[in-house]
This record gives sequence, structure tokens and C-alpha cells, in this order.
Amino acid sequence: MSAVSKEQVQERVVEALASFGPDADQITPEATFEELDIDSLDLVELAQIIEDEYGVVLKGDDMKELKTVGDAVDLITARAA
Amino acid sequence: MSDKPRVAITGIGAVTPLGLGALTLHERWAKGVSGIAEQRGQTGGYCSAFEPTDFLSSKEVRRLDRFSQFAVVGADEALSHAGWSDGLPYDSLRIGLIMATGIGGFNTVESNLDLMREKGPSRISPLGIPMYMPNAAAAAVSMRHGIQGQSFCVASACASSGHAVGLAARMIQYGDADAVVAGGTEATLSDFGFASFNVMQALSDIGVSCPFDARRDGFVMGEGSGVLVLENYDLALARGATILGEVAGFGSTSDAHHLTAPEPGGRPAARAITLALADAGLAPEQISYVNAHGTSTQLNDAAETAALKVALGDHAYRIPISSTKSATGHLLGAAGAIEAVATVQALNARLVPPTLNYEVPDPELDLDYVPNHARELVAVTDGPPAAISNSFAFGGHNVTLVIKGSG
Repeated sequence: MSAVSKEQVQERVVEALASFGPDADQITPEATFEELDIDSLDLVELAQIIEDEYGVVLKGDDMKELKTVGDAVDLITARAA
Repeated sequence: MSDKPRVAITGIGAVTPLGLGALTLHERWAKGVSGIAEQRGQTGGYCSAFEPTDFLSSKEVRRLDRFSQFAVVGADEALSHAGWSDGLPYDSLRIGLIMATGIGGFNTVESNLDLMREKGPSRISPLGIPMYMPNAAAAAVSMRHGIQGQSFCVASACASSGHAVGLAARMIQYGDADAVVAGGTEATLSDFGFASFNVMQALSDIGVSCPFDARRDGFVMGEGSGVLVLENYDLALARGATILGEVAGFGSTSDAHHLTAPEPGGRPAARAITLALADAGLAPEQISYVNAHGTSTQLNDAAETAALKVALGDHAYRIPISSTKSATGHLLGAAGAIEAVATVQALNARLVPPTLNYEVPDPELDLDYVPNHARELVAVTDGPPAAISNSFAFGGHNVTLVIKGSG
């Protein structure tokens, strides 16, 4: 698998989260999932999208540590490298 | 309970194939409008006027199956109608909620089964269970309005929301709640839904909902919701609420006869009617209108006619009887609540909406089914007129409500 850039991951994560409800312009790297009203069920769905896209498997324990959009992007980018 | 508290109806809401709103249901049905149409080769009572994004955020739409969306919009209308828009009038822990459904989130089950077969079991949605569980609609309405008393779903197929309204009245009468939001909702107009009822030969081949007509050959399935706000009568008066009517009686029995066919003599159903009348303290001759279950199946309409004769005696021949399902189709778990919403409006408008599509009388069914044209509702008593509304279900569940108008 070829490495993906952080920008590509960021773009895909924002697109996925926007489909869950929040406005795309609110979804900044600093935004917390709590602020965005993204809950654990949404994060499971995000993990499914990410696995399909990048082959990165995110488990429940991985997701629990994530507080912000940036945290998720960093983790996915690191795992996909 | 001879001195049980009275239960006021203070708000009503509906999403039906006739359009959005409780008043739309009453007015269009009374005018003889049918909400039944064909889409993609399937005849049904579709809520074509319902656009979820008119009422719900994109996040809410994504997280609510269509059956819950109907419930939320119907409840919004009913609560607003009751004057609850600016906040709950009672302690939130003293307000209950019963939102019935016959089936639950059929559409979400279907789409997740498709996903599982296509992509594997790890790819179904984590929102699946919370969207298709039958209590999802109850949960959505409770959360939306901060209702914190007991809330739950009842499921008794086509009697579900009759049970919801009856049990809600009991919660108030027993003192467990000051007010209860009660209703039913259903959204099963999918390929799977049509196929499931079709293989039972439950749906009409001729595609016409013609209750009590000799041509009747099955029901036409519909979708939507009906919701009522019920309050302890004295508390509703004290807060200055507009009282639309009362849930005056509730009776419920079971056929214990067959999984889908009614007991042909209608005796258990008749007993539900008798119990409801006794609960209301009324005699058959004090009933001004019957809102029939009237599904347009051979068996129901015959058994219901028999039940009315057993329970009401000769008076059965003198009471106007009409079927909401002739205009909306059969909304399954939502039917009882929609019909309660229709009944209280008929009483207050003094107008009996008709049984549509009644063309060929069945010699065996010889009551007054108010064919095709609305008629003045003549109150047979002084004071608020009373009606009975029947709901009978697959599984043999029978519910009768006695509903009074406002005066």
C-alpha cells in the first residue's frame, strides 16, 4: 500500500464527518468530537470508512483516545504509512 | 374504579397519506379524498408530502429510521397543539410517553442486511440497532422534548397504538403521570414490506381499500404516525389548556384463536367493546359514532360487524360507522392513534367522515357504514358526544377506545 498524505486523510475524514451532520467548515483539526456532536457510534462508522479507504483497522481502544479531528487524522496517517 | 380521574386530550398530531397534520386528515377524509396511490408498481398509502429535512436536521434524518421520523414530526405537532412549545407544563418526571409500532425500523433492517451480504458482517452500521429497535421512536421523542417519566413502545401489530392510548390513560388514572404523550408510527412501504404482507395474501389484489364492500379483498398498506397529548383532566383545566376531548374508556381482549384470522363470531372483540363502554360508564345507546377498524379484508370486516352486533345489540344498526382506512390505507401500528385523532375531530366537528369506495353492499354486512359521503354527526346524548374506536390485530389482540368530544 502506498503511503497517503496527511492532507488526503484530513480531506477524507472531514468529508466523512460532514456526512454525519456537522457543517464541513466546523470540522477543523482542533475541533473536538464532543463539540461536533460526534459520538461513539459515529466514530465506529468513521472507522469503517477509514478501513475501506486505507486498510487501517481502528479498534474501540484506539477510538477512545481520540478527542479531536486532528487526533484522528494523525493516527490514521501514522497507521497508513 | 368508579371515581377514576378523567383523561383529557389536549393536543393531536398526524402524518398520514392524506398529508401533514391532524386537521388535514380530518378535512380531506371528510371531503372523500383518498391518500392511496401507486408508486413503483405498488399501491399504498404513501406520505408523499412528508419531507424529513423540512422538520429535522441532517444528523437527525441520518439517525432516525423513517418510522421514527414520522413519530417525531407527529409528536411535535401534538405538543405544539397542546401549548407545550414553550416548555413542559409539568415536572418532566411526571410526563410519560408511549410510542407504538407494529414493526419498527424495517427500512434500516433491510439496508443493513443488504450491507452484510454485500460487504460482510463488520460493515453493517453501528446505528442499525438504535435505528430499527421498535422503541427507537419512543426514545427519539422522549429525548427531543426531555420527557423523563416512563416511556416505552408497545407492539401488538395493528392494535399497537390503540393499546398505547389506552395504557397512557391508565398511567394518568393510576397517578403514575400527570400527562402522557401517546401515539403510533409505521413505515413499512418497502419491497420487503409489500412482499411480506403479499405472500400472506393480506393485501388487496384490486388495489382498493373498500371496507365492508362485497369486493373487499385485502388491505392497502399505508405509512405515517398519529400522536395525542393526554393530561389529567383537572390539571389540564387548572393550567388553562384547551380540552379537545377525553379518552373515556379502554377495553382490551385477545382472541386466542389464530395467528392472523379473527375469531369469526367476534366475541372476544365484542368483549373489548363492552369493557370499554363499562370503563366509560356508557351504554350502547349513548354512542354517537363508531370509528371502525374496517381493514377491507374479508375476515376483519365480517368479524367486526359481528362484534358490533354482539356488543351493541340493536343499537349497532343505528350508529353511523366509518373506516378511516378507506382513505388512508392501513397504517398498522399507527392506525389506532390516527383513528383516535380522526375520531375526536369528527366528534367536535359534528361530522362523520365516510367509508370511501363503498359500491357493492355485502348482504351479510348490514350496518350503516356511511358510504362515500360525510354526514352530520348527530349527538345521541346531551353534552359531549361519545364514539368508540376499534383496533384489531394479527395475533388476535383487540382494543376498543371510548372517546368523547369537547362538548
